[in-house]
Amino acid sequence: MQHYTMNLTLKVWRQKNSKSKGHFESYQVKNISSEMSFLEMIDVLNEELIAEGKDPIAFDHDCREGICGMCSMYINGRPHGPWEQNTTCQLHMRAYKDGDTIVIEPWRANAFPVIKDLMVDRSAFDRIIQAGGYISVNTGNAVDANAIPIEKQKADDAFMAAACIGCGACVAACKNSSAMLFTSAKVSQLSLLPQGDPERKTRVLNMVAQMDKEGFGACTNTGACEAVCPKGISLSNIARMNAEYFSASLVAQ
Amino acid sequence: MTWKQVFTSSIGKKIVMALTGIFLILFLIVHVGINAMVFADLNLPLWPFDSNENGAIFNKAAHYMGSTVLIRILEIGLFAGFFLHIIQGLVLEFDNRKKRGSENYAVSIGNKGSKWYSRSMGLLGTLLLIFLIIHWYHFWLPGREIMHHEALTPVTYDGIEMHNMYALMEYTFKSPLVVLIYVLACVSLAYHLLHGFQSAFRTIGVSNNKWMGLVNSIGIGYSVIVPLLFALMPIAMHFGWVSS
Repeated sequence: MQHYTMNLTLKVWRQKNSKSKGHFESYQVKNISSEMSFLEMIDVLNEELIAEGKDPIAFDHDCREGICGMCSMYINGRPHGPWEQNTTCQLHMRAYKDGDTIVIEPWRANAFPVIKDLMVDRSAFDRIIQAGGYISVNTGNAVDANAIPIEKQKADDAFMAAACIGCGACVAACKNSSAMLFTSAKVSQLSLLPQGDPERKTRVLNMVAQMDKEGFGACTNTGACEAVCPKGISLSNIARMNAEYFSASLVAQ
Repeated sequence: MTWKQVFTSSIGKKIVMALTGIFLILFLIVHVGINAMVFADLNLPLWPFDSNENGAIFNKAAHYMGSTVLIRILEIGLFAGFFLHIIQGLVLEFDNRKKRGSENYAVSIGNKGSKWYSRSMGLLGTLLLIFLIIHWYHFWLPGREIMHHEALTPVTYDGIEMHNMYALMEYTFKSPLVVLIYVLACVSLAYHLLHGFQSAFRTIGVSNNKWMGLVNSIGIGYSVIVPLLFALMPIAMHFGWVSS
């Protein structure tokens, strides 16, 4: 595709801190290259704001390679912007044309309070992982990873679930602000493998209990999470977690 | 983990919705099956039933349902199913709405990735609840003799006196407004089922794609056929497609 430049109008959510009330602010950005990434476009705007002595827009980012799960913007009504299976950092400005208006909002959920501008606190996800998203391993010599036979299909399914980067787009897209896609991916990834089997029941019960405690909503299977997930995590993980939870809850003392 | 904890967790609440939903889906098969007997009176060439019986087949079936002790006991279960599904549904709807927080998105995600009816189960369910109350008022209360209705006359077949529910249907569906309400309710039901049928099976843990494919196909078929049959009853009665 031919390189081109564009002028854009940005409507960005500005919020001083978690306590203050936020508002939208409009910015004009000029001569944006179609080869830039979306975050680079924000960088350009921020440099201008700093030069003008204004407060730059705070946003989360880290690897800018689409694998860390830090970037998190809700762009024109869709988490991570218009492209399928894509993170905001991997969204490029060729998705837009000259004169476009782009509305940028933070993830909106009670469980993800805004820290500043477009940054939200996603430590609720960390606490869900801490509640059971691990396997306990005895210390000593490392066991040969290939000593336990694993069915290929299960290994593949576990790997696909493990692709979740924990960005929270599923929560942002869900009308119930449910974290079921995230939690179910983490539950599935371990419960499908023999290494995860010993703690299978306590894991799902504890992770779901933590998920509820953090204030995420209940899943109603609308499928919006799956549609916006940058890693294509399947809705079938939620069904798997439901089954895991149901059977575990019936026998748990 | 107590039973209370099981059924008040987010997944537990959903499992209650799913199990009562599947129970109500099974009930609708019985309901539509019995009521479809009014079509025995259709005025069609080569129709294998006698179209001049004034709903005798339907009346006898309705009498069987109303006078059999086991079915009356099962009806208590049906009310419990309705009650749980409605209360839990409303609780979930209001709970879930609160999770977004004080500020909502300026640009809505809309239909990107989900169907409008999957996001509107609370609204569709509420419409069905309103309809259910109207429906009880029309048929269940008079049929159970909780409320007197002048159009509900007795009729005798083979020496057994029973309610002429067929005549009550004909009387009720004379009003075009009532017919319209019933047809709109059937449309709500169709969309409610279109999402609810497959969602219930996901919630009870069907993750296998082969089985979900089957569930989806049966769900679509069910969501079209059952509400369509229900909708055809007031229409057929109103336009005189069945004899009186």
